[in-house]
Amino acid sequence: MIDWIITTFGHLPVVIRTVILIALFLIPLMLSVAYLTLAERKIIGAMQVRMGPNRVGFLGFRMWGLGQPIADAVKLMFKEIIIPTGSNKYLFIISPILSIAPALAAWAVIPFSKDVVFANVNAGLLYVLAVTSIGVYGVIIAGWSSNSKYALLGAMRSAAQIVSYEIAMGFALVGVLMAAGSLNLGEIVAAQKGNIGHWFIWPLLPLFVVYFISGVAETNRAPFDVAEGESEIVAGFHVDYSGMAFAVFFLAEYANMILIAALTSIMFLGGWMSPLAGWDAVTTLPFIGPIFDSGVHWLLIKIAFFLFCFLWLRATFPRYRYDQIMRLGWKVFIPITIVWLLVVGVAILAKLPPWWGA
Amino acid sequence: MSNFSRRFKSLFLVELRSGMGVTLRHFFKRKVTQQYPEEKTPLSPRFRGLHALRRYPNGEERCIACKLCEAVCPALAITIESEQRADGTRRTTRYDIDLTKCIFCGYCEESCPVDSIVETHIFEYHGEQRGDLYMTKEKLLAIGDKYEAEIARCRQEDANYR
Repeated sequence: MIDWIITTFGHLPVVIRTVILIALFLIPLMLSVAYLTLAERKIIGAMQVRMGPNRVGFLGFRMWGLGQPIADAVKLMFKEIIIPTGSNKYLFIISPILSIAPALAAWAVIPFSKDVVFANVNAGLLYVLAVTSIGVYGVIIAGWSSNSKYALLGAMRSAAQIVSYEIAMGFALVGVLMAAGSLNLGEIVAAQKGNIGHWFIWPLLPLFVVYFISGVAETNRAPFDVAEGESEIVAGFHVDYSGMAFAVFFLAEYANMILIAALTSIMFLGGWMSPLAGWDAVTTLPFIGPIFDSGVHWLLIKIAFFLFCFLWLRATFPRYRYDQIMRLGWKVFIPITIVWLLVVGVAILAKLPPWWGA
Repeated sequence: MSNFSRRFKSLFLVELRSGMGVTLRHFFKRKVTQQYPEEKTPLSPRFRGLHALRRYPNGEERCIACKLCEAVCPALAITIESEQRADGTRRTTRYDIDLTKCIFCGYCEESCPVDSIVETHIFEYHGEQRGDLYMTKEKLLAIGDKYEAEIARCRQEDANYR
């Protein structure tokens, strides 16, 4: 796909070509964010034995509520953005941007398939860690600049929570980079070449669980949504935001969810690798063979599965108490990851097949 | 030992996983949503909706202006004025219910000695101006005339339990 784009737009200046590439990627991402909100309402509704939105459709047809995200977006666009008098106006405006920019920028290094990646940088994992950490500034600055008690409380909670869980998350990723021997996300996927048994989820199972739960905490999703805490502090850091400024925070949260789902699939579930890869009897079948072979569709399926898990968790669990969140992050996850790093180290030295064998 | 099993359970997320099993089972269950404008829940004969004034089968209005409903109304939503007719009976000249004040408690219906003021099954109505929700005697009688069959049926069904 990248080749086709380069041959089509290759004669354009680099800046314009890059902008076109980014737009070609951002539009589907924003659409998936929009429809993720619908999926969330439908799935959580189904788990609560109700139907969820099913009225808004297109051209007079209901279509299971598929028009709902568009209607929501249009509504939010037409609402007024109220800037509180006591707020710091400059920071108030800039913080939604600060919160969505990293969520989108991190996608630059995500490999969708063998060759389809925006920037094939060797320090991809470090870049992801660095960029996603910047997202917390959006939350903190939003909470502070609103000049409201609730917003400030939400921002403080969010900051402490994200900083704590970043450590457990980082340690879980250390396990991945030990196993793969590379910081390049493409090479991490390549190191899991083979069928489902070669994925890192098996030797790194505890790290996978820790990473995914930390990811839920990083994105401030239920049951770790104390930063938002609508039953305690109204809406947390974005109480004072309305209209599109609020919508941008919303988009950032969902874009972050998709990002975490993509990273989890890439680092533990073999990214674009098919679970049946290497089983030639199936992958060389006429017509349907490519479906079973590795490709970008497997990455999308894995992302969709993890997004379902995000919503599933939200439908199941009540919000954690704040001290329990801190206890879980510092006293459970970090020891588990450190212990498992030793186990992984021993397994690598012992050349445990099929992951590190010859 | 119980301490150990508790720690074991929490480390391996035993109870969290069984909780997720519950939500997953419900995910596939038949949904109980009522699709409101197309589907409606059944209404009790005692349902308290829009008010109506009833008439006797001979066409004479039931209300005798005893003003019990006006007295019992906790929201002071009812206003009644009355005078004596040429045939010596007492009837209302004005019977107003302000629906913006009414709390639909049903006391007016309970207090009525001649089953004149009743609350019907009608709950889908609206007013576009404030005055539209100020029900006058004419409007109330018109509702009563229009829905008399249903009103009578509900009173009949509920009569055994009163």
